[in-house]
Amino acid sequence: MIMDNLQSIQEKALKQIEEAGALDALNDVRVAILGKKGELTSVLKGMKDVAAEERPKIGTLVNECRDKIEAALEDAKERLESAAMDERLKREKIDVTLPADKKALGHRHPNTIALEELERIFIGMGYEVVEGPEIEKDYYNFEALNIPEGHPAKDEQDTFYINGDILLRTQTSGTQVHEMEKGRLPIKMISPGRVFRADEVDATHSPSFHQVEGLVIDKNISFSDLKGTLALFARELFGEDTKVKFRPHHFPFTEPSAEMDVSCFKCHGKGCRFCKGEGWIEILGCGMVHPHVLEMSGIDPDEYTGFAFGVGLERIALLKYEIDDMRLLYENDIRFLNQF
Amino acid sequence: MDTPLSWIKAFVPDLECTDREFADAMTLSGTKVEGYRRLDKNLEKIVAGKILKIEKHPDADKLIVCQVDVGDFTTQIVTGAPNVKEGDCVPVVLDGGRVAGDHDGGSPENGVKIKAGKLRGIESNGMMCSIEELGSSRDIYPEAPEYGIYILPDDVEPGTDAVKYMGLDDTVFEYEITSNRVDCYSVMGIAREAAATFNLAFRYPEVKETGNDEKCSDYISVEVKDPDLCSRYIARVVKDIKIGESPDWMKKRLRACGIRPINNFVDITNYVMLEYGQPMHAFDYSTIADKKIIVKRAKDGDIFTTLDGVERKLDSEVLMICDGQKEVAIAGIMGGENSMITGDVKTVLFEAATFNGTNVRKSARRVGLRTDASGIFEKGLDPNNAYFAMERACSLVEELGCGTVVGGSVDVHSDLPRPKRIKFEPERINRFLGTDISKEDMIAYLKRVEVEYDPASGDLVCPTFRQDLLGFADTSEEVARFFGYDRIPVTLPSDTESMGRLPFKIRIENLAKDVAESFGFSQGFCYSFESPAVFDKLRLPSDAPERKAITISNPLGIDFSIMRTLPLNGLLTSLSTNFNRKNKDVKLYELGNIYVPESLPLEKLPDERMQFTLGFFGEGDFFSLKGVIEEFLIKAGMNKRPHYDPDSNRPYFHPGRQADISYDGEIIGYMGQIHPLTCKAYDMGKADVYAAVLDMPKIIEKAVFDRKYSGIAKFPAVTRDISMLVPKAVLEGSIEDMIIQRGGKILESCTLFDIYEGNQIHPDFKSMAFTLVFRNKEKTLSDDEVNAAMKKILNGLSSMGIELRS
Repeated sequence: MIMDNLQSIQEKALKQIEEAGALDALNDVRVAILGKKGELTSVLKGMKDVAAEERPKIGTLVNECRDKIEAALEDAKERLESAAMDERLKREKIDVTLPADKKALGHRHPNTIALEELERIFIGMGYEVVEGPEIEKDYYNFEALNIPEGHPAKDEQDTFYINGDILLRTQTSGTQVHEMEKGRLPIKMISPGRVFRADEVDATHSPSFHQVEGLVIDKNISFSDLKGTLALFARELFGEDTKVKFRPHHFPFTEPSAEMDVSCFKCHGKGCRFCKGEGWIEILGCGMVHPHVLEMSGIDPDEYTGFAFGVGLERIALLKYEIDDMRLLYENDIRFLNQF
Repeated sequence: MDTPLSWIKAFVPDLECTDREFADAMTLSGTKVEGYRRLDKNLEKIVAGKILKIEKHPDADKLIVCQVDVGDFTTQIVTGAPNVKEGDCVPVVLDGGRVAGDHDGGSPENGVKIKAGKLRGIESNGMMCSIEELGSSRDIYPEAPEYGIYILPDDVEPGTDAVKYMGLDDTVFEYEITSNRVDCYSVMGIAREAAATFNLAFRYPEVKETGNDEKCSDYISVEVKDPDLCSRYIARVVKDIKIGESPDWMKKRLRACGIRPINNFVDITNYVMLEYGQPMHAFDYSTIADKKIIVKRAKDGDIFTTLDGVERKLDSEVLMICDGQKEVAIAGIMGGENSMITGDVKTVLFEAATFNGTNVRKSARRVGLRTDASGIFEKGLDPNNAYFAMERACSLVEELGCGTVVGGSVDVHSDLPRPKRIKFEPERINRFLGTDISKEDMIAYLKRVEVEYDPASGDLVCPTFRQDLLGFADTSEEVARFFGYDRIPVTLPSDTESMGRLPFKIRIENLAKDVAESFGFSQGFCYSFESPAVFDKLRLPSDAPERKAITISNPLGIDFSIMRTLPLNGLLTSLSTNFNRKNKDVKLYELGNIYVPESLPLEKLPDERMQFTLGFFGEGDFFSLKGVIEEFLIKAGMNKRPHYDPDSNRPYFHPGRQADISYDGEIIGYMGQIHPLTCKAYDMGKADVYAAVLDMPKIIEKAVFDRKYSGIAKFPAVTRDISMLVPKAVLEGSIEDMIIQRGGKILESCTLFDIYEGNQIHPDFKSMAFTLVFRNKEKTLSDDEVNAAMKKILNGLSSMGIELRS
């Protein structure tokens, strides 16, 4: 009798569980069957009427029946919860193509980007970055660099003077002298900085611009070291397939001196408007430090040799970022700066 | 410096190369070719034609119809040129040919194609050419008519290639000559480099000995009173002058160099200047008083009229050429009107001299007259070369038959330069260059540029025209140039041990950039020099210390004349540019120096102080800017509370919206809203502009990158909110200061979360509310501890006249 009853409870419960379409319906089923006044609970309450020898058997059956129902309830709950979540996720669908909520970051100036690029490359090669004064003594800007009073190079550079002895530096090369005078050898440094020349503002000139000076001094530094270093630099800056060409030139403080061209990174040397059909673009001046310059700064040219180079930062920035007018660099129009 | 290839080939007869090959090879050996142009670019099918017959055009008054013999046939050409007549020989471009210039004086890139056609109904099978159509100008073909056809000499055979005849089958190269190579400011110098570059023989021009039986010294004496400024003065005399035209070969070369032929005498001086790089001067001998040349400094205030008719004011550093009574030329710059050659000159005094280059350069600048000659003299010439140039000039005088050269010369000079000897150190050269060149090869390279090896002494002997060769490094360069820079190996410094490093200063500056950019500020670059008017725009009082600025003695103009002492102008100018271009919400920052002099006039170098300047208009306010500053300080390891003093009294800021920023008791910067009048001065009258400046040297002193971990709190915090009525004059900062001080160690944070002024509050008060968080790192806080701290704080508040709100 009880067993039949159990059977029908179980069947009914399983059916109701299967039919329950929502979590509260499922809960109603739980209360109706397993609750305090539930059907299965009342079966248990009826156990006192069962013969003692039957009780363990019936008890086991009741427990089995409850386990089954509970398992079915649990399954159904999971199923319904998962369906509910699917439903919610579906509702929460967004249009991922709507505009981004961007925080407007600022932009570095192209000069700085170029400078940091140079610094990265030379620091990687073991160079220390040092700085020198922008308002400078004549001695450091000229005389100690083999440009004595009356030297044509002194006039060519259209120097701004404060007075007879103090000027706005026309080149970063003076830092070479400051470094050498420290008397710490070997030297391996680059020195970026602002320089000044009395040029009127136009598309290719500015009365103030920036250079990066380089200097290496040690025993046995050779012209081939200069070539190797700068070729490596050019490849790193302009791309792995960049070729370099060294042309003899003249600077008072280096001998031999050279200008370095790189193969045009737009046309790869074929010749284009960018390189004025040459296939090459002039990038920097360099040379072996003049023995007299070493001597003046207290370094024995019979024992030490070195090389130096100077890069125009704006020139690199204009070339690399294809900027066609130098004035843009000092206007600070946000529509220009935002492009970097 | 421009030279035609044909003239180079006169010195290097075996030179065979294309224009491009020449340009590349010269550039790689150190004579940089800036560019080159073919004189016959766009000139095709142009021959000499003889005009046989001219008839009027039946339908056009201004046109004529010509029958022209062009050699193989006679052709009909219609022209409007006013200057041709029957029998004239003219350059004719035939059907299908090309000319360089158009009728309007333009010169299109690919020239102008000429085709047979009809002009007002009459057939025309070509075109007669003006000098402009031939790609040249009347500047160097002065005999060409202003309007009309260029007329060739009568004896030119019809059908002759007119381009070749006129010497236009040539290429002119333009070089960049470096200041150390004075010898290359001459065709000969460049030809010598060409011979060395191509390893070919160099042929000096043929110079004959000249002069009749007379003695030059009977005509002239020379006295150099200032030998420090004149190292050599050579005078020679030419009499029985026959002024006339120069021969074609000379005219062609002069023209190719862009020099207009004038007459045989003037042409010879110009020719020798181009060829030898030695400027010469010719005086009319009859104007030279007392048969005397005296070279001496002028007197201050002397006035002298140069041959261009302009009066020049002299001073005692200007060297003059004088005769027995008067000044006749400014040495190395320009001759005088009083002694210049005229058409009826009988006897000429020739001068070839060398002067102190620096003096010529400075004199030319002071006198305000820079000439071709002074441009060469100022480089400092080789006195030995002056002699060869004089000999060459006299030889040309005889060759051209333009006068009788008087025998001998008067030559006054101090010690002449002797060939420089430099120790030959082949191994050291190889070490220096990183090469492995044999001694013999080195000697051969050097020989190409006339540097001879003397085995007896082991020296290299350098010619005196190479004033740039002074020592070991110079001879190394000569070896390197002709060995080829491109053949020198590529190595890296191998023994030099070093550490790549950015100094602390730059690392902090980079941090400033990162923080500024993360808040939307973009980096600007501003000039270091500006106008003194900036101080007025910034409303600085007349005695403001910022007005004590360093002045540039030779500025580009008043707007670039002083070195900035504060950085605001640059940024405000840039913001104004953006504002007036209608750019919205512009935020800029700059890292740049100001220049603070210790005293003026400047005796020692000024203090260059890097300033981190931020400025913006549009979105944002005082407090958003303050946020940027404080985030930067925290990133720079400056974790103490910065203080803001509102009594900073900076005239360029809004009086009620400004503060000096201090840290650890020291002012490190300032910030505020730009005063409306300053905004107006920068054409931003309608904008609210804010700016902040941090003095980076102060920041760098205090910044640290070191960090120490202090653990994550394990024990719970106790939070208390307090709401209060604060007298309006009390600053929030001072309340925080007090709370932090009285809250003691257990106070973790104190945050303002509400501030209100308005209707519900007494007008003299503002309502403020803070959240205080207490925590003990070692244990759970007891209520007693918190209450004790709170009591102290509340006492503090009431002592500040602050009432608690319930």
